[in-house]
Amino acid sequence: MSSGGTLSILRSDSYAELSQYRDQHFRGTRYDQERLLRKSCTLYVGNLSFYTTEEQIHELFSKSGDIKKVIMGLDKVKKTACGFCFVEYYARGDAENAMRYINGTRLDDRIIRTDWDAGFKEGRQYGRGRSGGQVRDEYRQDYDAGRGGYGKTVQCQ
Amino acid sequence: MSRRRHSDDSDAHLLEERSWECEDQKADSLLADSSTSSPLQRAGAEVPCQNHWVVSEGGVVQGLSARLLPEKLTVYTTLVGLLNARNYNFGGEFVEAMIRQLKECLKVNMYNEAVHLVRFLSDLVNCHVIAAPSMVAMFENFVSVTQEEDVPQVRCDWYMFAFLSSLPWVGKELYEKKDAEMDRLLSQTESYLKRRQKIHVPMLQVWTADKPHPQEEYLDCLWSQIQKLKKDRWQERHILRPYLAFDSVLCEALQHNLPPFTPPPHTEDSVYPMPRVIFRMFDYTDDPEGPVMPGSHSVERFVIEENLHCIIKSHWKERKTCAAQLLSYPGNNKIPLNYHIVEVIFAELFQLPSPPHIEVMYTTLLIELCKLQPGSLPQVIYKLVFSPFEQLSVPLELGRLTKPEGDKSTNSFTKSHLILFFDRSDCLTQDLEKPKPKFVREVLEKCMRLSYHQRIIDIVPASFSVLSPANPVCIYKYGDESNRSLPGYTVALCLTIAIKNKASNDEIFSILKDVPNPNQDDDDGEGFSFNPLKIEVFVQTLLHLAAKSFSHSFSALAKFHEVFKTLAESDEGKLHVLRVVYEVWKNHPQMIAVLVDKMIRTQIVDCAAVANWIFSSELAHDFTRFYIWEILHSTIRKMNKHVLKIHKELEETKARLARQHKRRDSDDDDDDDDRSTDREDGPLEEQIERLQEKVESAQSEQKNLFLVIFQRFIMLLTEHLVRCETGGIDVFTPWYKSCIERLQQIFLQHHQIIQQYMVTLENLLFTAELDHHILAVFQQFCALQA
Repeated sequence: MSSGGTLSILRSDSYAELSQYRDQHFRGTRYDQERLLRKSCTLYVGNLSFYTTEEQIHELFSKSGDIKKVIMGLDKVKKTACGFCFVEYYARGDAENAMRYINGTRLDDRIIRTDWDAGFKEGRQYGRGRSGGQVRDEYRQDYDAGRGGYGKTVQCQ
Repeated sequence: MSRRRHSDDSDAHLLEERSWECEDQKADSLLADSSTSSPLQRAGAEVPCQNHWVVSEGGVVQGLSARLLPEKLTVYTTLVGLLNARNYNFGGEFVEAMIRQLKECLKVNMYNEAVHLVRFLSDLVNCHVIAAPSMVAMFENFVSVTQEEDVPQVRCDWYMFAFLSSLPWVGKELYEKKDAEMDRLLSQTESYLKRRQKIHVPMLQVWTADKPHPQEEYLDCLWSQIQKLKKDRWQERHILRPYLAFDSVLCEALQHNLPPFTPPPHTEDSVYPMPRVIFRMFDYTDDPEGPVMPGSHSVERFVIEENLHCIIKSHWKERKTCAAQLLSYPGNNKIPLNYHIVEVIFAELFQLPSPPHIEVMYTTLLIELCKLQPGSLPQVIYKLVFSPFEQLSVPLELGRLTKPEGDKSTNSFTKSHLILFFDRSDCLTQDLEKPKPKFVREVLEKCMRLSYHQRIIDIVPASFSVLSPANPVCIYKYGDESNRSLPGYTVALCLTIAIKNKASNDEIFSILKDVPNPNQDDDDGEGFSFNPLKIEVFVQTLLHLAAKSFSHSFSALAKFHEVFKTLAESDEGKLHVLRVVYEVWKNHPQMIAVLVDKMIRTQIVDCAAVANWIFSSELAHDFTRFYIWEILHSTIRKMNKHVLKIHKELEETKARLARQHKRRDSDDDDDDDDRSTDREDGPLEEQIERLQEKVESAQSEQKNLFLVIFQRFIMLLTEHLVRCETGGIDVFTPWYKSCIERLQQIFLQHHQIIQQYMVTLENLLFTAELDHHILAVFQQFCALQA
């Protein structure tokens, strides 16, 4: 039952903290990147179904505040949705609430994941996998009906 | 001198466990490891006698208790008690520090914190730190606030609440020592409660029906609870009192007297907490197999609810921790904890004017709770949601209920749950405007927004299909060959081709020049007067071409922004643009909402235009639908944020100027040229002047928006009332009830801003000539801060 031993635990806000992930394609120093992440109003949203629409994302993420923009992630080759997006809020506080209360909940019956993003730049809306989608869909072995079935390498076998 | 029997060992053990939660390194060092039998006692022995170090401990302890963990109050008071027993001066300084903090809180309107401080002080009586008679004297000063003249009732209410809500902790002790004084205080309380106004109550009640659970005003409920407590001879069994285990040590301690406490006087800036209505959904008849739920007038109920609210307040940012803490609330086997938790969460969700935390926090918290208790908690939630569904007359917070429903429906419920929901088949036999069918339709629409239309069609049983939402497709009036005869048809075709070929704004203008103006006589000769047909052709065509997604539509708005601005220059133009948007997208309310939002932000339309459009006759059919009110409240919020933003800019610029002055003053200033100082200040001062004007104009726009909204409400409602009177029909149609509640909702959701306009509202709009039905709403609102 004990929640821990230090004051910091009571002030904790773990859901809104930065994760370990750092975008390797980021242009700039680690320091710059983290500075941007800490004041960002933009979230990366992952594990979406390929069929999830901008409208659904807008509805869900509006629960934590007014959305400035939703940018759907696209397959670089096919230019169709490939299971991620960016959500930009007007206020950081609204983005924080999304991290606290929307991250880890379901959309289209899938648990979605949100993480801080340093800010959208043209080109970042494309998947970075070799086949055009996201990297995670290149190598995965499982069958995921909402994400094109088997992973790309499996499909090519 | 031991004045009460020891409680059982579990108290001491619990204290051991919980004392580990006394955080901060200094405090940690006070606590011995758990292998010792009475760690706190040893802690008392370890405190050095240096007052300043000990007082800083006091700061830690009191800060923790008052601000962070008010639900663990008795643990900390025990700690203070033991420290006081060891070091009398520590106790004295601690108490003084608390009184100072209490005064500070009251000065800066931190009334919720102040209540916890008062409670902490009163529990210190139980720990022999404060002498009972001096506590009674403090409460006498609290209660005498009710004798003050010309003060808002809410001020007296707070002092009364602070007194009454401490009694579950300390009532017994105070009554034992000073029964005559306490009796006098209680009878003064009773007479105050009898004479106080309760005009505000109907506005704050969630359910309008009083059966089976009366929705009581909070002070009335608390008073009933205290009266019952007194009748039970102040026996209170729920609060865990660790100090009982240390009675032998504590009773040897020297007590302190509280200094005489004068409540700070009422000032212009004082803002007291608003009154509340206690939300109740469950009683002892629920869960007949489990432990019995304490009655609504039992003090246990009060304490449990207070503590659960405190837990949510402490851990709202950490949903998993919050859920775990709620479920591990002590006494789980003696009370139906799941019911209490669900009731408390919904009480906050439904709280008027607004919930203490963001709504999505509560739904996610409920999901976490269901994860931890999958076998028992979901059923409690069904009960709560379904029973009001049964007694739905017209609950004010129908809107709130749809949101958690919508979330939970897509997040945790399955098709079978929804079928259960639909088993209430009588919602079909009623007129679709009645609350039940309306509620179901709105929930289904919300579910559709989070999924997609076909899924809803698949889930909803065929017999209920009339309640399903419309397929959210766009309606393009120039789409069909059969519409060839419509005026503007050919221009629409032209426009379509041009836009597909990436025409510029100028090209668009020249195509549109060919559109005849049905209001030809009103043309002021400039060529760009209000031409509804031009607007229709352009907006219909563009929205149709951009219908694919929100992003497409937003791009369209951005690309042809200039055309929009020109066509919608006049007020009539703005209104017509909104009308056409509605015509195109009436099947897709979500799209209407985001388009309106974008158009306000890009200043194609203004907030007043949106307000007028919402009350226009074209929208009358949809007037009671939830999306309309989402749009209106969102519009008001944008206006409010805009004013705040400019205000902030102004304050920041003023601060910059002040800093510049300060820097100059501290610099070498013997040969300061007046002209050069002016030159330096010039740009900033100009900026401040400009911002000042901007702020004033924004504030005036904001006030105008509210006036428009209230005016339109009054017109609409008066029309209805007159029609009913002359026709001899009952006023209380579903439409009327919905409309009146929406008016209340405007007052409640934006009460802070509206407070500024009270005089204008009273003199201009809500005058004595107004029908009493409408005036009552205004009077109830006034009563909230009276």
